[in-house]
Amino acid sequence: MSEKVLMKGNEAIAEAAIRSGCRFYLGYPITPQTEVAAYMAKRMPKIGGTFLQAESELSAINMVYGVASAGKRCMTSSSSPGISLKCEGLSYLAACDLPSVIVNVQRGGPGLGGIQPSQSDYFQATKGSGHGDFRMIVLAPSSVQEMADLTSLAFDLADKHRMPAMILADGTIGQMMEPVELAEDMHATQYEKPWACTGTKLERGHNIINSLILKPEILERLNIERYEKYKIVESEEVRYEEYMMDDAEICIVAFGIASRVAKSAIMEARKQGVKVGLIRPITLWPFPAEPIRAAADKVKAFISVELSMGQLIYDVRLASECKKPVHLCSRVGGMITSPDYVLKKILEVNEMGGAV
Amino acid sequence: MVVFEKPHGLTDVPLHYCPGCTHGIIHRLVAEAMDELGIEGRTVGVASVGCSVMSYDYFNCDMVQAAHGRAPAVATGLKRALPDNIVFTYQGDGDLAAIGTAETVHSAARGENITIIFVNNAIYGMTGGQMAPTSLPGQVTQTSPYGRDVKTAGYPVRVCELLSSLDGPAYLERVSVDSPKAVKNAKRAILKAFRNQVEGKGFSLVEVLSTCPTNWGMTPVEALEWCRENMVPYYPLGVYKDKYADEEAAK
Repeated sequence: MSEKVLMKGNEAIAEAAIRSGCRFYLGYPITPQTEVAAYMAKRMPKIGGTFLQAESELSAINMVYGVASAGKRCMTSSSSPGISLKCEGLSYLAACDLPSVIVNVQRGGPGLGGIQPSQSDYFQATKGSGHGDFRMIVLAPSSVQEMADLTSLAFDLADKHRMPAMILADGTIGQMMEPVELAEDMHATQYEKPWACTGTKLERGHNIINSLILKPEILERLNIERYEKYKIVESEEVRYEEYMMDDAEICIVAFGIASRVAKSAIMEARKQGVKVGLIRPITLWPFPAEPIRAAADKVKAFISVELSMGQLIYDVRLASECKKPVHLCSRVGGMITSPDYVLKKILEVNEMGGAV
Repeated sequence: MVVFEKPHGLTDVPLHYCPGCTHGIIHRLVAEAMDELGIEGRTVGVASVGCSVMSYDYFNCDMVQAAHGRAPAVATGLKRALPDNIVFTYQGDGDLAAIGTAETVHSAARGENITIIFVNNAIYGMTGGQMAPTSLPGQVTQTSPYGRDVKTAGYPVRVCELLSSLDGPAYLERVSVDSPKAVKNAKRAILKAFRNQVEGKGFSLVEVLSTCPTNWGMTPVEALEWCRENMVPYYPLGVYKDKYADEEAAK
């Protein structure tokens, strides 16, 4: 049974988490994600769940580490500066193979930056969310519906692959309201967690959750094994959307809110006879490299539309193996690309043909 | 009749601690508390960063290793997720009173129903003897080679006194393990800190004055004397808070 309701993106994340079996939310206030915490504070006590406002983002992510160690579904949310603080914990969660869901409703940076939408934590989310070799599953919603659906997916993927999963949203999708359809029970799969620390009951040896490995040959082996798991994730979990790519001569790559603006620009460009399409990564890691590589044989150029100074563009270049030029179309600091702004870039790239 | 044996709460792994280090004694007291209360099977311990990091190998209960200073936050998550389990942290002074100050203060302020064993030996042992938040004024360490100068390095943190101003904690006591008599007293305090949690009384912390012969540059016996003569006067032993003392006395 499902119902259709009008919700803010941040609220959709919170409600979807609850319906996915999450009963522990640990957070710290920061704009523009505070609605997640506020929603959880209201709902959790009514359903026997735990809402806890931590003294810092550091503490919140370590409470997540504790709940995850007990084998329970749990979530924390924050926005860019707060995620920087959580990075220590993300490294530990990845190192201990602990399923957990982390939400980043991005705002402009660096430093304290602003409170308007941004996508400038792309590198942080997909490449450098803490020290050491590790990955997180990173999901990029582009609508309030996807805020809900991908949150649910994040819990399942985190449990399935025993690793942290991040929702990389932005202030626009977090704050805007759209109709959203929510299933009664989004908790698709139950996973056994024999590794969890819930007490030995004197019936088994003690479980240990730990990332201190002093013997280099063992630490190397564990890293290699974790990357074997990542290979499985890369082969099984890539998700993306193709939009008007059949006859496209220009391929836009964009995710989240930028992809919606790009779609409007594509419609307008097509009216003017320019064949442009979109590849929208839904999983930022694992990155949909294959469709972009395939597109590189057909299109004359790529445009990376993003709300950062050029971060996604590196992955587009890598995936397309630099076979075709990749142009950047971006606004930053909380400014958002308008459809006209993207259209102008499309027309400019169309004029250039395949030239760089 | 068995007069003395290894507590079940300890594994059969040889401890890595230096000769004369009192971590071994304190580990044993924690294990004895688990044995006597019959809680090992439902206890989850949180190891911290410092000399005691590898305590996850030594305690027979389930163990989670926490990032430096974050053990009380990790314990909070565990206890909220497993309210019927017993959750304790085992932390040193650098971990608890420097990098983890916020986690310590706020888990205490929330009155989390957890047990904290705080081992204060006035130095960073694992990294080779640097000045700790609890190093005494004038104490020579690797990073206070001319003695801790309070004008530039500030004053030591008295954790029990600091936390005693909060309404959250149920029980705060400072003990020592510098003599058999002191060890017996420490045993009583640690047992009480665990029993409090079993009875749902809330946040209990026992600070144990400990020694570090290696990094203090002393023999084990000299170190015990130094603890008695220098640490105990600066860190007075005793109960700093006991919310349920009257109730217990009435029983």
